[in-house]
Amino acid sequence: MAVQDAPQGAKFTDRLGLVYGLYTIGFLVFFALMAYLETQGFQAKTIGILFLMFTIAIYAIIGYLSRTMQAEAYYVAGREVPALYNGMATAADWMSGASFVALAGGIYFGGYPYLGFIIGWTGGYVLVNSLMAPYLRKFGCYTVPDFIGTRYGGNIARLCAVIILVVASFTYVTAQINATGTIASRALGIPFEVGVWFGLLGILLCSMLGGMRGVTWTQVAQYIVLIIAYLTPVIWMSNKQGFGMIPHFTYGEAALRVQELEAQYGLQKAATAVAGLKELTTPHFDPQGGLDSWKFATLALCMMTGTASLPHILMRYFTTPTVTAARRSVGWSLFFIFLLYFTAPALATLTKLQLLDPNLATSVIGKAVADVQALEWVKNWSAVGYLAVQDQNGDGIVQLNEFFMRPDIVVLATPEIAGLPYVISGLVAAGGMAAAMSTADGLLLAIANALSHDLYYKIIDPKAETSTRLVVARVLLVVIGAAAAFVASMKLTGILGAVAWAFCFACSGLFFPLVLGVWWKRANTAGAIAGMVFGFGAGTWYLYMIYNGLMDPVWSIDHLRFGIIGMPVSLVAMVVVSLLTPAPSAEVQDMVDRTRYPSGDTILDAKH
Amino acid sequence: MSNDAERNAQHWAKTRSLTIFILILWFVFGLLLPWFAKELDTIVIFGWKLGYYFIVQGSLIAFVVMIWYQNMRQDAIDREFGVSDE
Repeated sequence: MAVQDAPQGAKFTDRLGLVYGLYTIGFLVFFALMAYLETQGFQAKTIGILFLMFTIAIYAIIGYLSRTMQAEAYYVAGREVPALYNGMATAADWMSGASFVALAGGIYFGGYPYLGFIIGWTGGYVLVNSLMAPYLRKFGCYTVPDFIGTRYGGNIARLCAVIILVVASFTYVTAQINATGTIASRALGIPFEVGVWFGLLGILLCSMLGGMRGVTWTQVAQYIVLIIAYLTPVIWMSNKQGFGMIPHFTYGEAALRVQELEAQYGLQKAATAVAGLKELTTPHFDPQGGLDSWKFATLALCMMTGTASLPHILMRYFTTPTVTAARRSVGWSLFFIFLLYFTAPALATLTKLQLLDPNLATSVIGKAVADVQALEWVKNWSAVGYLAVQDQNGDGIVQLNEFFMRPDIVVLATPEIAGLPYVISGLVAAGGMAAAMSTADGLLLAIANALSHDLYYKIIDPKAETSTRLVVARVLLVVIGAAAAFVASMKLTGILGAVAWAFCFACSGLFFPLVLGVWWKRANTAGAIAGMVFGFGAGTWYLYMIYNGLMDPVWSIDHLRFGIIGMPVSLVAMVVVSLLTPAPSAEVQDMVDRTRYPSGDTILDAKH
Repeated sequence: MSNDAERNAQHWAKTRSLTIFILILWFVFGLLLPWFAKELDTIVIFGWKLGYYFIVQGSLIAFVVMIWYQNMRQDAIDREFGVSDE
């Protein structure tokens, strides 16, 4: 995998199919070897460690081979990433530890309201494609604040964009490093606080030497691992249950059966709650209309607009060779993301059926408490406090509300629940690690690049040499990574809450300034600044008031969807202030015109 | 130059119509159908309650198809006005 600077770079992109084909085969061979070792009596723990170490070592090698000292390669991977591969890299960048580890568990326990995340995190790409990606690519910027700074002019607009980017991405990255810490600590048997630093080390190995180029090629590798790891247990389980090779199109009946069983057992709160764990109380799918629909739509809308505003995603589309390729790669991105997202509800449904359906050997509900407590996987997960079976009504039978689980473990525990060999659990741990690492890499790079390019180079020292800029970028990467690991080690936020906040911060402050920058020529500097300051300010203020209980939520808009407050404020402020101040110069309007068609030079030249 | 300007204006008008059309579809599959999940759930096709189906799968497929269709149309528009970059 010779990703050297200059001439070989082009060669490497010609051979991508071969390189990643061999890599995939190599990974499958490794998987088969692990399965063989398991039959030879190797301990589950050893296999888990080997899985993690092997995959991280591969990422580190790719990261090392992608090292560079050129600005174009460091910031935008030399703009030579083909659409298909950029799609895979974006999918890995996008699907975080939360998507991989927590999403199916959220659906398992959350029902209809939670499914807003599924719609939101896929539908957002329609907005990315329609409103953002091709136009930002035509601009030729290195970072998202670079677009804001050039389109609207002036350091204040650029600085506002940098601040919003840092707040949104930092909130998100702490959640990712938290996830790497959780997985590493479980698989390697080290304390969480140490696991966090271990995770950070892996993340930096991918990104530090090669910047965006290193991250791109590791993300492609990480996507391959994570999608294999996600699909394998579901397909295996489905075959065992008789839902066919591809369960996705047939599990509708499983969902109906789950609903039947839920009605039969009855969904009731537990007599005594267990701290940190949940019993199943929300129906699998039971929309009530009215307020329920409103909550669904507001959550989905925040996630969709947030998707279209999050810089670590948008900057992936700066790496394609052409504007047309940028669009095409959005199509690939969503296709690759879709593979996981349309599997998550299938996984949640089939796992629930495993536990609930008395006709299946794996079921636990309705069985004798002593038998269930003696199950190997129940013992394992109970020992670490992630699961509990308590006979609260004293009848000796496990009721639906006597089975407690941490939602996060549904994906990780599924192979064990379904009685699959441990090698599958090792695979799933490696997949979760790949998902969390790839997202953390993209986020850290987005922050460090914005600070090094927009704050240091464009605002503080425009005469800086390329080599100095790239050293500054790397120092920032380490410092920010360490800060994020430090915050993560304090366990301040739950994974999901922090992720939703990141989306709301991004859409409150950046959505309208980005969209209107392309779609409304009349938008000017003052308007954009007002849009960012008031939108971001209003959203943050609302979050503060709600989260600290200083105010009751307005129209059921809680802390997960505060973008619904921030966005309209941003839009109104931006339009009103733009109209009250002079129109942008003819030069700027001409620039907007040139952004709107693909042909011709980028707005910013390559060496800006 | 004025020819170019006119060409660009026409190109943008077509691009805008296409985008608006896609955004309407996006609204239908992303917000409208999930909003009426309760009503749609009374219909069962091939073992699927329809409201559930759209949220866990149907809308997702629609999003993927929408983007690919839009890009195909947009490529054609770009070529028609000679502004494609490929």
